[in-house]
Amino acid sequence: MPRTSLVLKRIYPVAPRDLERAGTVSTAVRRELLDLGVGADVVRRASIICFEGEMNLVLYSTGGRVILLVEDDRVELLFSDHGPGIADVELASQPGYSTAPDWARELGFGAGLGITNMEQNSDLFKIRSRVGKGTVVRATILRGIPFF
Amino acid sequence: MKLRDVARLVEAEFVTGADQADREVTRAFAADLLSDVLAMVQDEGVLLITGMTTPQVVRVAEVMSMGAVLFVRGKLPATATIEYAIGTGIPLLATRRIMFDTCGILYQAGLKAAQRKSMPLDHAPDLSRP
Repeated sequence: MPRTSLVLKRIYPVAPRDLERAGTVSTAVRRELLDLGVGADVVRRASIICFEGEMNLVLYSTGGRVILLVEDDRVELLFSDHGPGIADVELASQPGYSTAPDWARELGFGAGLGITNMEQNSDLFKIRSRVGKGTVVRATILRGIPFF
Repeated sequence: MKLRDVARLVEAEFVTGADQADREVTRAFAADLLSDVLAMVQDEGVLLITGMTTPQVVRVAEVMSMGAVLFVRGKLPATATIEYAIGTGIPLLATRRIMFDTCGILYQAGLKAAQRKSMPLDHAPDLSRP
């Protein structure tokens, strides 16, 4: 089985409700990918996925982190938090469904398109969540580079 | 359309990036809802027309490789956000005009709408009901 080597790994903590810094993980991820010479389309998709995931952590979680993994053939973004968890992931993934509080909507977020947008920009997308424990989201983007 | 023409047409001032007045913006997208900007804009080099002035506006413009941001209704972001924008190289413009006027003037002058990604909601049956 072909193995691809890890090119870069970065871990970014995300504080809950920190609106001053919300979005800075995504801009940092974008710069890392540009510095590595990752293709423009992949950088753009990864940046959009990261922004949506980061905003979800800021708006809804009790704190979490983003992990960026770059391999020869793929870019992976892992989002994890310690709660509160999503009771019905299928419902939360429906376009237009949102539990965003008013203060989040006033900032221009919480339209209920986040998970859909993350999925549409991913080649592989997975959410697992347990109420009271937390949520893990994994988004993979293939770089279009053959690995053998 | 060059940014200098955008500025002239809607009587906008350059808040940052006046030295990039010759930069071309390919198309435009107007919204206050950043969720929609993130989900629907697919082109690069787009002019974002918005009345939202949070730090996230410039960060969204940055991650989406937008050409410039034009603030409407006489609004301006906080100084820290303006300083951040200088570092990104994305010009910020501001006009006192409302969004409807701004869009109408630029559209009439030939600036085209940004291509919009299709969304699952496009097929929602509720839209066609009276």
